[in-house]
Amino acid sequence: MEVEQTALPGIGLRHDFTTRAGQRVGVVSHRTGRRDLVIYDKDDPDRACQTVKLNDEEADALAELLGAPRIVQRLNQLHEQVEGLVSVQLPIPDGSPYAGRQMGEARVRTRTSASIVAVVRGGRVFASPGPDFVFGAGDVVVVVGSEESTAEVADILARG
Amino acid sequence: MHETAILFLEFGAVLLGLGVLGALALRGGISPIPLYLIAGLAFGTGGVLPLATSEEFISVGAELGVVLLLLTLGLEYNADELVTSLTGNARAGIVDLVLNAAPGAICALLLGWGPVAAVAMAGVTYATSSGITAKVLSDLGWIGNRETPTVLSLLVFEDLTMAIYLPVLTTMLAGLSLMKGAVAVGIALATVSVVLVVALKFGRFIEAFVSSPNSEVLLLKVVGLALLVAGLAQQLQVSAAVGAFLVGIALSGELAEDAQALLAPLRDLFAAVFFVFFGFQTDPAKILPVAGLAALLALVSMVTKLLTGIYAARRAGIGKAGQARAGIALIPRGEFNIVIAGLAVGAGAHPDLGALAAAYVLILAAFGPLAAKLVQPFITAIAKRA
Repeated sequence: MEVEQTALPGIGLRHDFTTRAGQRVGVVSHRTGRRDLVIYDKDDPDRACQTVKLNDEEADALAELLGAPRIVQRLNQLHEQVEGLVSVQLPIPDGSPYAGRQMGEARVRTRTSASIVAVVRGGRVFASPGPDFVFGAGDVVVVVGSEESTAEVADILARG
Repeated sequence: MHETAILFLEFGAVLLGLGVLGALALRGGISPIPLYLIAGLAFGTGGVLPLATSEEFISVGAELGVVLLLLTLGLEYNADELVTSLTGNARAGIVDLVLNAAPGAICALLLGWGPVAAVAMAGVTYATSSGITAKVLSDLGWIGNRETPTVLSLLVFEDLTMAIYLPVLTTMLAGLSLMKGAVAVGIALATVSVVLVVALKFGRFIEAFVSSPNSEVLLLKVVGLALLVAGLAQQLQVSAAVGAFLVGIALSGELAEDAQALLAPLRDLFAAVFFVFFGFQTDPAKILPVAGLAALLALVSMVTKLLTGIYAARRAGIGKAGQARAGIALIPRGEFNIVIAGLAVGAGAHPDLGALAAAYVLILAAFGPLAAKLVQPFITAIAKRA
């Protein structure tokens, strides 16, 4: 499956792809944080025939429903095994210095000793991303580590 | 009556009137710009209710309106987007420029208004109103459409062209000699490039200076910086509007969003004043004789914008229906065209230019969004049949 990413100058970003059944769907990520879930018309494949406007909270809820439970489930199991280990989900804010840059550049593990175990993007989960994985604004990074180290990661992702 | 009292009474009445007109426009689902222009016509020279004392005050407000309009326009885009759209869509952008500058320029030349007026009229017919188009896209739910990036990058291209065009126009309007004019244009282009490079490479430092958690401080810093650069640009004959636009581009990210939100009410107030002021300067008696010409010009430039949209969208691999939508979305003209005409009128270009531009924008600002709404079902029908 190929997800196409298109810049919308002045508005934000659009991601779209075609499902196996031939339905084209997309997500417009507005800079304001609004997300539009768009369904394309089968007769006129360039037209969004349905646009579902989602605010921050609703978009998060939808993403969680679609993708996050599996990974959270796995992490919960991990928690039970190891004391003192926490996993947190950290968003890459729009103004983050690492939006659009490779994960390796943040040197998260070297600087904080916490690990990035997954990135959730638009409901898709990228498990164990490599150092060449490129962060995008709006990504949610799943980090595992101690209480302090995960807090440091949050700081790095927000301010560099 | 005391002068301040008259000023407040008149200015208050004007603003209140605009508010009522804005409400009407909202109900009718059209842009309020044409109504503001009509209000200006009514209050100004030769209108039904000429104002006594507040015209000078309103003229300063109008200048502020232009600066704020361009500043917020610049804030919409960051330097990266400008460069990407410049490199990726240059061909469509140039087709847009040639096809849509031509009607205005040819019209002015046929009327015998001379080359300076031709350049001004070229700008009047060229620029699509990014404000109205953005609203049309959002109102009709076209933002998610696959032709929309094409439309948006054309708008970005146009705005960048303006950064070069406005200084050229200001220089020509100033009537400088060829040598001095060339120097001024050179300075303008150099300034534009320097600001773009600074914004690309050192945007963070500017942001670090301007940024503040306190919205009051942020507002003062952004407006202060914009006015300072605008004044400097004006002094260098680059046009204040371009200076403000470049400040907007240099600021990006979260800071730009915060600033945009803070500036929006201020911009709305002064931009409305600007449109009214433009109406002021135009004698309503002059509109009627040029109305037919304006309608013809509007019709021709609707067709040229439509062709531009079709060409650009086809290049991007968009289907027939999407191509038509791209063209229609580009039709509205608005704030920029009036800014250009305002510059020309202020510098004493042909007296009919203001009236023609006003009538032209009145038609396209009102009809553009309407056309999009009316045509939508037809396009869908065509797509269904295909």
